[in-house]
Amino acid sequence: MSLELIGICVLWAFLFGYVIIASIDFGAGFYNAYSVLTNRSDVLSDVIKRYLSPVWEVTNVFLVFFFVGMVGFFPQTAFYYGTILLVPVSISLILLSIRGAYYAFESYGMAGHKGYATAYGLAGLLIPASFSVVFTISEGGFVEMVNNYPQLNYKALFTSPLTWSIVVLSIVAVLYISAVFLTWYAHKARDHKASNLMRKFALIWSAPLAISAVGIIIEFRGHNPFRFEKMVSVWWLFAISAILFFVTTWLLWMKRNYGMMVILLFSQFALAFFAYGISHYPYLLYPYLTIHDSFTNKEMAIALIIVFILGAALLIPSLILLFKLFVFNKDYVRGIHDEHV
Amino acid sequence: MINDSAVFWSRILTEVTLSFHIIYATIGVGVPILIMIAQWIGIKNNDEHYILMARRWARGFVITVAVGVVTGTVIGLQLSLLWPNFMQVAGQLIALPLFMETFAFFFEAIFLGIYLYTWDRFENQKKHMLLLIPVAIGASMSAVFITVLNAFMNAPQGFDIVDGQLINIQPLVAMFNPAMPTKVAHVLLTAYMTCAFLLASIAAYRLLRGSTHEYHKKSLYLLMKLGFIFAVATAIVGDFSGKYLAEYQPEKLAAAEWHFETAPNAPLVLFGVLDDGEVKYALKIPFALSILAHNNPTAEVIGLDQFPVDEHPPYYIHYLFDGMVMIGMFMVALSLIYLLALWRDWTFIQTKWFRWIVVAGGPLSVIAIELGWWLAEVGRQPWLLRGIMRTEQGATTSEYVDLMLILFSGLYFILAVGSILALQRMFKNNPIENEIARRKERDFV
Repeated sequence: MSLELIGICVLWAFLFGYVIIASIDFGAGFYNAYSVLTNRSDVLSDVIKRYLSPVWEVTNVFLVFFFVGMVGFFPQTAFYYGTILLVPVSISLILLSIRGAYYAFESYGMAGHKGYATAYGLAGLLIPASFSVVFTISEGGFVEMVNNYPQLNYKALFTSPLTWSIVVLSIVAVLYISAVFLTWYAHKARDHKASNLMRKFALIWSAPLAISAVGIIIEFRGHNPFRFEKMVSVWWLFAISAILFFVTTWLLWMKRNYGMMVILLFSQFALAFFAYGISHYPYLLYPYLTIHDSFTNKEMAIALIIVFILGAALLIPSLILLFKLFVFNKDYVRGIHDEHV
Repeated sequence: MINDSAVFWSRILTEVTLSFHIIYATIGVGVPILIMIAQWIGIKNNDEHYILMARRWARGFVITVAVGVVTGTVIGLQLSLLWPNFMQVAGQLIALPLFMETFAFFFEAIFLGIYLYTWDRFENQKKHMLLLIPVAIGASMSAVFITVLNAFMNAPQGFDIVDGQLINIQPLVAMFNPAMPTKVAHVLLTAYMTCAFLLASIAAYRLLRGSTHEYHKKSLYLLMKLGFIFAVATAIVGDFSGKYLAEYQPEKLAAAEWHFETAPNAPLVLFGVLDDGEVKYALKIPFALSILAHNNPTAEVIGLDQFPVDEHPPYYIHYLFDGMVMIGMFMVALSLIYLLALWRDWTFIQTKWFRWIVVAGGPLSVIAIELGWWLAEVGRQPWLLRGIMRTEQGATTSEYVDLMLILFSGLYFILAVGSILALQRMFKNNPIENEIARRKERDFV
């Protein structure tokens, strides 16, 4: 396996980690805002807060890890993506900042403040929408080279149906992932009222998720035949992902085996995410940038991989400890302890 | 292709982001250590006040750390968004410490989460305190790695340029560049110092507002003592920084000190104004610049005359330097006087005016941090990578940077207001007297 392939696999895995954790986080923020605004915070807020509180900062680190690693392993992405993404990513950053900071302000300083809760709930939904534009841009067709510098064609981007179908998919996926996860989490917390409510949300969002996913595949066909071909070549991965989706929804419908359901949920998205990633290979930005021509020098690559291995040796046990103490700690999940500082 | 307006606005936006982020970043680096010291004293002396001190600081810390994290994410991405041409080159040379920083940050984030949510979960308080060690190490190491990157921009090494190609890249040599030791030490110590004086200023303020609780007095004493130690250490490292500059970046030192002509027996110029290239109304300390630069009153110090005019940093950095050093000296003196007075039983430190000065010490230290970073960054101009890449070569070519400046300025305003309101509400609703009373009640039950 070449160094650049190792690099991109690690980064893609971290991005997947971010997508899942952040989806749970953003969706939870939205459901929390919804329950605060409809004066039903007694049902949901507790269980959502208990999950989110100790892990929110960790979510952000996954994102930072991804983009720092990207610039490290593939420095040319800084030039291409840095230049064209100024506006879209700045908007994501502003939303992300409001979301992260106001989450903390509301939780620790002003519990139950409607304005603060709404601010971070809404910002959370817009973040995936704005980040998803990066995927769209990477498909090619929206960037031109002018005097050897890349330029983003905003008009083409914002009038493309592909853009908007990816935006819709990202929002629906966030709401679905989060609802399924929280159904299980609330169930574990023996909070059946909250669990049933989240189950309802999860079922509501399952149909739009399926429709928007299929819609994107159709959009792709018209947008970029070459990329569409590549996607079709890994059709079986997408097919397994679709089957897992149906099993997940079925378990949810039958109220059965929620633990298994969450594992299937993650597998479903992992398969789809990696299938998409494989179909994207070797392009980072179609057709200008591949992982081969943008790769850093060998010395730096080896240094980064060594640091990654050492860092992982430090982080994985720490993450396991974090999850053992909170997400997988029965007493904590059920709210028996309140040991916040 | 250089887009002049994009260069200009990129510089302003980076300056605004860094100036805002550095306040919260400094708190993020310094406060964990202070929490640890307070909790340790509390456990050792079995004194509940110190434990509560740790607990209350940790509570406030959550708010500031949230802003630190999000603005840190912002600057992390803005490096690529505003300086894509720079990051493309820097990525090949100095990505290693940036990557390490994410691990340090990761480590800190995990244990901070655990620490905050496990108060009273452990039978043995010491075990809980141990959780802070990775937080403090992670926080300080984040600062170390980021400062390494900044040091590299001042003293790039660890590669060769042949025909415009970067070759012989040595990531570790790039990290351990000559600017690194003094810069790292300076950043860490000033962060600890600033946090000590910031928290001291809160304690002094509570005392001024009529609280006579033992808690605030203990906290003030502890913080002034720590602040003094860190401030003296900062001054010592500052002296080493002068020697580093004289050796490796003489133009930066010369511009900061208004030392135009290369000469021996160089005096240190304080304040003054520049009138047609001449220094007027300045306070000159004989031989001091030669001592600062070379530990020798008669040593020759390189002046700006050795550098082409288009490579001179802006001369106004002189005032940034003076302001930073004056505040630093003032804080050393203030904390020393406070400690002496406690020792000799002088009572003037309990007067209102003295406490107001202590209150001012916190914000003043933050101003010194800002001045220091402006000096570091503006003093490197016109270079982004000294001697290799000029600032305008590194900037983005895209449009709308000015619009982004407006959006981000609005964001920082919202974050500043939100964090201040949240902190205010957190502590106003729960003054120390109430918290102690509540704990007593609970223990009684």
